[in-house]
Amino acid sequence: MTGNGNKIGAVAVVGGGIAGVQSALDLADMGFKVYLIEKTPAIGGIMAMLDKTFPTNDCSMCILSPKLVDCSRHQNIEIMTYSEVKSIEGEAGNFSVTVHKKPRYVDIEKCTSCNDCVDVCPISMPNEFEKGLSERKAIYKYYPQAIPNAYVIDKEGDDEHRACINCMMCVKACKVGAIDHDQVPEDIELNVGAVILSMGAQPFDPSVKKELGYGRYPNVITSMEFERILSASGPYQGKILRPGDMKEPRKIAWIQCVGSRDWQVDREYCSSMCCMYTAKEAVIAKEHNPEIEPTIFYIDIRSFGKDFDKYVDRAKNVHGIKYVRSKISEILEDKGSKDLILRYEDEAGELHEERFDMVVLSIGLGMTEGKKETMQKLGVEVNDFGFAYSNQENPVALVKPGIFMAGSFLEPQAIPESVMQASAAAAQVGALLREARGTLATPRPVYKERDISGEEPRIGVFLCHCGTNIGGKVDIPSVVEHTKSLDNVVFADENIYTCSEDTQKRIVDAIKEHGLNRVIVAACTPRTHEPLFKKSLAEAGLNPHLLEMTNIREHCSWVHEDGEQATWKAKELIAMTVAKSRHLEPIPTSTVEVTQKAMVIGGGVGGMTTALSLAGQGFDTMLVERKEALGGRLNDIRFTVEGIDVPKLLSNLKSKLEGEEKVTVLTGSKVTSISGYVGNYEAKIDTPDGEVEYTHGVVVITVGADEHIPSSYGYGTDERVVTQSQIEDYLAEAKPEEIALGETFVFIQCVESREGERNYCSRVCCMGAIKNALRIKELNPRAEVFVLYRDLMTYGFWERFYKQARGLGIVFMQYDVGRKPEVEFGEKVSVKVWEPLLQEEVELEADHLVLSSGMAADPNHDELAKMLKVPLNEDGFFLEAHVKLRPVDFSTRGVFLAGCCHGPKFIGETIYQAQAAAARAATLLANPSLEAEPNIAVVDVDMCSGCKTCISLCPYNAIVSVTEEIDGVEVTHADINEGLCQGCGTCVAACPSGAIDQRGFKDDQILAMIRALGACVPGGGE
Amino acid sequence: MGEFEPKIVGFLCNWCSYTGADLAGTSRIQYPPNIRVIRVMCSSSVDPIYIVRALMEGADGVLIGGCHPGDCHYINGNYKARRRVVLLKNILGTLGLEEERVWIRWVSASEGQKFADTVTEMVDTIKKLGPNPIPTRWDI
Ligand code: FES
Repeated sequence: MTGNGNKIGAVAVVGGGIAGVQSALDLADMGFKVYLIEKTPAIGGIMAMLDKTFPTNDCSMCILSPKLVDCSRHQNIEIMTYSEVKSIEGEAGNFSVTVHKKPRYVDIEKCTSCNDCVDVCPISMPNEFEKGLSERKAIYKYYPQAIPNAYVIDKEGDDEHRACINCMMCVKACKVGAIDHDQVPEDIELNVGAVILSMGAQPFDPSVKKELGYGRYPNVITSMEFERILSASGPYQGKILRPGDMKEPRKIAWIQCVGSRDWQVDREYCSSMCCMYTAKEAVIAKEHNPEIEPTIFYIDIRSFGKDFDKYVDRAKNVHGIKYVRSKISEILEDKGSKDLILRYEDEAGELHEERFDMVVLSIGLGMTEGKKETMQKLGVEVNDFGFAYSNQENPVALVKPGIFMAGSFLEPQAIPESVMQASAAAAQVGALLREARGTLATPRPVYKERDISGEEPRIGVFLCHCGTNIGGKVDIPSVVEHTKSLDNVVFADENIYTCSEDTQKRIVDAIKEHGLNRVIVAACTPRTHEPLFKKSLAEAGLNPHLLEMTNIREHCSWVHEDGEQATWKAKELIAMTVAKSRHLEPIPTSTVEVTQKAMVIGGGVGGMTTALSLAGQGFDTMLVERKEALGGRLNDIRFTVEGIDVPKLLSNLKSKLEGEEKVTVLTGSKVTSISGYVGNYEAKIDTPDGEVEYTHGVVVITVGADEHIPSSYGYGTDERVVTQSQIEDYLAEAKPEEIALGETFVFIQCVESREGERNYCSRVCCMGAIKNALRIKELNPRAEVFVLYRDLMTYGFWERFYKQARGLGIVFMQYDVGRKPEVEFGEKVSVKVWEPLLQEEVELEADHLVLSSGMAADPNHDELAKMLKVPLNEDGFFLEAHVKLRPVDFSTRGVFLAGCCHGPKFIGETIYQAQAAAARAATLLANPSLEAEPNIAVVDVDMCSGCKTCISLCPYNAIVSVTEEIDGVEVTHADINEGLCQGCGTCVAACPSGAIDQRGFKDDQILAMIRALGACVPGGGE
Repeated sequence: MGEFEPKIVGFLCNWCSYTGADLAGTSRIQYPPNIRVIRVMCSSSVDPIYIVRALMEGADGVLIGGCHPGDCHYINGNYKARRRVVLLKNILGTLGLEEERVWIRWVSASEGQKFADTVTEMVDTIKKLGPNPIPTRWDI
């Protein structure tokens, strides 16, 4: 295997969790061959085990599954499961990676996932995916939607459980001969140009914390176990039961920070995601059963992410979840009832005892000994916490060139951060292996399309149980029967998970076997899985647009209590879809040329990084900055605690930009207009030297955010009151002798933040206060510093600075939003604050009052948002396509975002997000053409009267009037540009002659649906 | 089934209202099962003929759901939709139909609750109005 020059156009991605999956997909789309190496029998990682994701409560499996399926179907990705990397030799551009592959004893290619083997297997053992809450057989599938969708035989077992006994029953049961008990382990050598490590971290095992009783009391469980309990495909089919006696618990307590922020177990960091998943678990529990009374015991609520504060507010105020700020000292079990008695101290130091039916421990993530060993073997440098060492100036690069990393392998973190880092790592690989791109990739498969013209509609309907999500409410078998009775339906069948890989095979087979020429999938919303099913149609030789979906989950089973009514509604909805389906037509694929150039708007650290990354990957880039100088907020940041030398970073970025001939920098310039669409944008830029026009294929928005200027606590009227940036400016220059003994600094956190109009956390201000406080102590250890805070957001490894600050005598005092500090100005600034421990008001005499007012979005962004037709959220930050899985994309194809304009964040976070945006942009720019929007409007020239009504209505100026000679007659008619039309359908509804139709939403299709509904009667079929 | 159960057709735009209805689902917010959703790309693609046709076919109410003003994925389709619905409502009277049978509402992708509330409210209103008086199967 060779690449171009010495560099190999292949990449090893180690770890198949969400981070690994994202890196693999990005790289494969960029034109690299990817080996995705996963230790367990299936990819998906921890995300596959989660029930829902915060803050949108999206079903985790539902948003993850399409990505997993994409991985398994991508022609450039080879998934290697049950495999571990033994060694990495060589250097950047050319590594040799040795992979140890354990025998699975099942041939993935042959296995049809029929379950016959499982039925006959006599051995039962605890199911690790279900955290031991249920059992599995010795031959098993890792989880129902597993990719690869095949079984595996456990021949190892554990100390207490016997595994496969070689009875060979499964061999006899397997009709396709997929089982091979003689498989042996293999060592496979891979030649790759780069490696990405995304091996994750492990949930904490709380049994070492004896006082919590985990492992001794059956009704004390971990949050991971609770996720499985919530899951419809979990051990109790989504019913909330306590494992001790299968009773429905009413009072449930969550205990946060178990195995996090805890020196006793040598984990002095925060795991970052537990506060939010705890809120989510409590909310979802309450939704499952409104009788449940959740109580959350916490130290700080770290709701530092985008829209997290609003989520927690809703949890408290709408869902009535009780929050108690307290550390639990002990849990006892009532032997008879198996209830749990919690002993805790409240904020005033008073002792309480409270009885709960079940206790959930919110466990954090950490590195196990085994993982640490592997890291050592692979030469990964580790930090004080046992995680991979990461340099904040390029967080995803390992010290060794050519090796990158992403996800919780670096630091415990939630899904969006993992996804961004995964894309960031892909961007750097893309730059490193730029010359080898495409050398080992396989071109996208082209399927031959069957011509269905002249055929009678032959409709096949696939109905999904979605575990119990649909099937638990809707009587699927009766809907299948009803569907079969509809005209033109020649096939109808039900599946547990229609989105699973094996069902895709079944769909393909059914299309061929029954000669189907229309397919309906009645399952979830088309917004998630439609592309997946379309692919299946294409594989079977059908035009993908002959697919229709009926949403019987979000719009039916999930929103209607009554099973009978839901069943009836499902029948009617399907009847309507069948009516539409009869009129479906194939839609030809047209392509759009792509100008392989980018424009980056905003020249702060995010914009500069994005531009450099794009140029590094080989794409011409224009970087436009409004101000005279590049750098944005970097110009205001004087020092950091995480080891970034800001002035040096800025000058480095600037000189790299100067040396990069693929980047054109325009400062003091403003984008005045952008027209066009993905692949073909045309911008006008106002520069000091006049107007510049620029043609490009993608846009990245990195316009940042500013410090919010406060108006409370006497800011602006008394000069002793300053903002964080102002104190930072002062401290950066201050000499030790300038700070007097006993000089007092009081910081107030969350000023005009996390409430009212600015109900969001700015993520960086707690660390900002600590950074400045540490500096004060460094200048004069005998100065006094007080930090008045609501919740201290020193998430992740920032926690260490919080500890350091406390060690140096910096005083942290918690205040409640209902009882804010009060300020009076005299000789000193007197700050009165309620001290909960003492239960009295304390008065601080401050020389300096520092307000942490957070960040605010620039109101001017509205203009840019409108120009690019991308949304802003309530707080004025840009709103990405999906908060979890598409954190740097917009729903508008071709536009991306990074940095503080997405939400406040630290420098290191902006850097990897900017690289991620560059990676996502590169997946579009890497190809000279793209497939065009299918649902565009088309004009029937014969019917068009040439009235021009449509022309003035089209929001994209996609329609022009043309006059031509047709059959000797001069005709004036409307003409729609395929590249410009975005498929809104405005012109269709407006056309007085009915001459325009929208592909996929044609008049006869919609009217057929209406007619079908007219024929329905409540309570029965057609 | 004793009580009158209205039949409602909902034309929801793909980007906001349909997604909002999805969110009602993911958040398990319950609402009456009387609505049948037809997904369209934008509220502006709802031809008044669809609305009239639905009423002729016996729908007791029609809901058009679009993005909030200013949020339309296609810039301003929702304004165009609103204009058409206002015009149409004027004509409904001449057909002997109450204009409260046709609703246009803005529901964003994050307003699952609002979608559910809208449907609930609409079902109540139309229950009070009673069944659509136009005989079904009366072709226009
Ligand atoms: S896309 Fe929602 S109204 Fe236009």
